[in-house]
Amino acid sequence: MESCNCIEPQWPADELLMRYQYISDFFIALAYFSIPLELIYFVKKSAVFPYRWVLVQFGAFIVLCGATHLINLWTFTMHSRTVAIVMTAAKVLTAAVSCATALMLVHIIPDLLSVKTRELFLKNKAAELDREMGLIRTQEETGRHVRMLTHEIRSTLDRHTILKTTLVELGRTLALEECALWMPTRSGVELQLSYTLRHQNPVGFTVPIQLPVINQVFSTNRAVKISPNSPVAKLRPSGKYMQGEVVAVRVPLLHLSNFQINDWPELSTKRYALMVLMLPSDSARQWHVHELELVEVVADQVAVALSHAAILEESMRARDLLMEQNVALDLARREAETAVCARNDFLAVMNHEMRTPMHAIIALSSLLQETELTPEQRLMVETILKSSNLLATLINDVLDLSRLEDGSLQLDIEPFDLHGLFKEVLNLIKPIASVKKLFVTLSMSSDLPEYAIGDEKRLMQIMLNVVGNAVKFSREGGISISASVAKSDSLRDPRAPDFFPVFSDNHFYLRVQVKDTGSGISPQDIPKLFTKFAQSQSLAAKNSGGSGLGLAICKRFVNLMDGYIWLESEGLGKGCTAIFMVKLGLRGRSNEAAPIHVQSPCKSWTNNFTGLKVIVMDDNGVSRMVTKGLLVHLGCDVATVSSGDECLKVVNNEHKVVFMDVSIPGIDIYAVAVRIHEKFARRRDRPLIVALTGNTDRVTKESCMRVGMDGVILKPVSVDKMRSVLSELLDHGVLLEAQ
Amino acid sequence: MDGVILLQKQLVDYSTSLYKEGFLDDQFKQLQQLQDESNPDFVVEVVYLFFEDSERLLNELSKTLNQQIVDFKKVDAHVHQLKGSSSSIGAQRVQKVCIAFRNYCEEQNTEGCLRCLQLVKHEYSLVKNKLETMFKLEKQVLAAGGSIPMH
Repeated sequence: MESCNCIEPQWPADELLMRYQYISDFFIALAYFSIPLELIYFVKKSAVFPYRWVLVQFGAFIVLCGATHLINLWTFTMHSRTVAIVMTAAKVLTAAVSCATALMLVHIIPDLLSVKTRELFLKNKAAELDREMGLIRTQEETGRHVRMLTHEIRSTLDRHTILKTTLVELGRTLALEECALWMPTRSGVELQLSYTLRHQNPVGFTVPIQLPVINQVFSTNRAVKISPNSPVAKLRPSGKYMQGEVVAVRVPLLHLSNFQINDWPELSTKRYALMVLMLPSDSARQWHVHELELVEVVADQVAVALSHAAILEESMRARDLLMEQNVALDLARREAETAVCARNDFLAVMNHEMRTPMHAIIALSSLLQETELTPEQRLMVETILKSSNLLATLINDVLDLSRLEDGSLQLDIEPFDLHGLFKEVLNLIKPIASVKKLFVTLSMSSDLPEYAIGDEKRLMQIMLNVVGNAVKFSREGGISISASVAKSDSLRDPRAPDFFPVFSDNHFYLRVQVKDTGSGISPQDIPKLFTKFAQSQSLAAKNSGGSGLGLAICKRFVNLMDGYIWLESEGLGKGCTAIFMVKLGLRGRSNEAAPIHVQSPCKSWTNNFTGLKVIVMDDNGVSRMVTKGLLVHLGCDVATVSSGDECLKVVNNEHKVVFMDVSIPGIDIYAVAVRIHEKFARRRDRPLIVALTGNTDRVTKESCMRVGMDGVILKPVSVDKMRSVLSELLDHGVLLEAQ
Repeated sequence: MDGVILLQKQLVDYSTSLYKEGFLDDQFKQLQQLQDESNPDFVVEVVYLFFEDSERLLNELSKTLNQQIVDFKKVDAHVHQLKGSSSSIGAQRVQKVCIAFRNYCEEQNTEGCLRCLQLVKHEYSLVKNKLETMFKLEKQVLAAGGSIPMH
């Protein structure tokens, strides 16, 4: 059969349909053949398509379909049986393949679809991660900015620099148009514009602090967006442009007093400053969350930095103040020292200057006394002498007083004639009194001891002063002096409430009363009497003489003698009685040898003689052993010797005491003692030498003392006796009494 | 327990009697005070030393006094020693005799000295016995588990 592609012009109507079918089939076949070709072509191009087998199948299916349709072309005309067979074969094949393909597709299409879904999912994920990445980056940026800002802010301790830096850095980081800080005024009622970024010199705008917008900002520690029209935000010359968004945040101003240990400061009583930040007005920027966070963090840092700066300022100020005070104190001290030196110098000089003429007067008067004089002249010379002595005493007074004040005065304690002292006072006063036509009487009680131990000179001074005052202030009548021994009941006088006399066997209290019939003293003046240099008005007018020192010095001397002095008077014109009591030692008791010092006794050792090295020299074995046992019991380290030679051989400067039995026959103990003295040139190295003897008659004692022994002990010695002996030896270096 | 108390009472009674009769005086008490843990046998040691010493001295004295020409200085020296020892331990009666002895020595009275020597020997042996008895009693008390009462 021949195929023919030409189309005849005249076809019958049903031939038209046939013709269209023929054409369609043709094109179908064409398409069916070209589709696989395209598929193959593109699959070859792409490398990833996983289902090649499917493609092959599909291709086969399409090819066969195409073939079928192609072969159909021949069936429009009469066709032979072969064509029919081919057609049938083609159709059968097509059917098979297409069914197979259909079956295959059931498996494949879901897979293909799921691939698509996964792809969509991954795309979404990628988009999300991108977003997050963007966020993190922004945060990191913010963090970096904060760190940098903090670093800048904290790198200085100067308040102004801190604030300025904050604004500058913030402005830079956030690319702000304007950044301003409003500080509360002293009164706390207003906020004043203190710092801005752009304007170099802000014109002190103020706004009242109680504005609602400000309260809103202060009530939270977050950055708050505020309206650009609020008074705090009106920072730039207003309104050509649309103002950018404004944010305000509070900056707490911390004070030292806000900080308590273990406690965070209370937020309720705080003062705040206001920081206002404005975005550029011609950009469409908005405040982002991270930017707000940045601002909040910065505000906190600024608060801390400011508080540090404030603390530093405070401490600097305090330090400066202290330094000033120091300087002032130093100056004052030096001035005081100079004053004291000046006074001492003055005293010394005056003393000397005054003493020299006094000395001349006294010397010459005494010499005059030696010459031939009439009784009147003699009386006069004696009075001159006595008066000049008194004056010399006064000069001594002045020096004494300063020494008394320093506490460097010591009493000269000696035995003296008590009765004689009173008589002398009487003798001195009588001439002066008789000149004023006053009588003077002296009465001494019978139990007043004849002799006493004390500072005679100073006691005389006291007496003379008191009696002298009595004479001075009396114009008529007389003075009566009475001296007695104070009894315990009379001692506790209500007028002397601070006086607590202590009784002992060796002392007694001398009570002297001097009564005059003079002008008396008004009760309110009495306390002033003992004050240095103070004289009451009435007295000062009458007396040209008298330094006012007398009674003050008396009081001090009396105090030194463990006594008390006071004055009584019933009023002006009614006379005056001066009474004083002093403690004096009694003579004839056991203290004949030892001088009594006014100083406090030195500390005594505890009874700890551990390791004290001593030597016991005794030729009697038993006695030696007993003495050794005694000393060992007290803790000493005892070496025993039985002869003088042995003793001298053994003794060295570690031994503190050598106990020698004096009754050793044939040995001259005294020689041994002398040799020991010779052996140790220095007193420090020499051991103390104590004689143990069976009798303490004076001869033995004196011989012992003469050769330089430090003490004598009577045998037998008890533990207590030995203990006290050792104590005393080590305290005083000598045994004061024969024990 | 009873036995100990009994022994202790015995001891106390005995020592009290010694003091009463003047064999011992306060010095012995002092010696007892010196006895402590670091020196537990002090008294006994001293007393035995005294015994040795005294016996030696008494022998010497006998020898010296029984010579043709009595060396009173030597006698005096010995007696002095004896006096010292006895006073150190508180053997009062011995000490008293020694004092008398010394007086006779000063007078160079041989008769008197010999008499005193006898007396001293007698007193010495008495006090020796007494002390030894007392020590025995003390040992018994200690052995029975008691302690020496201090008085």
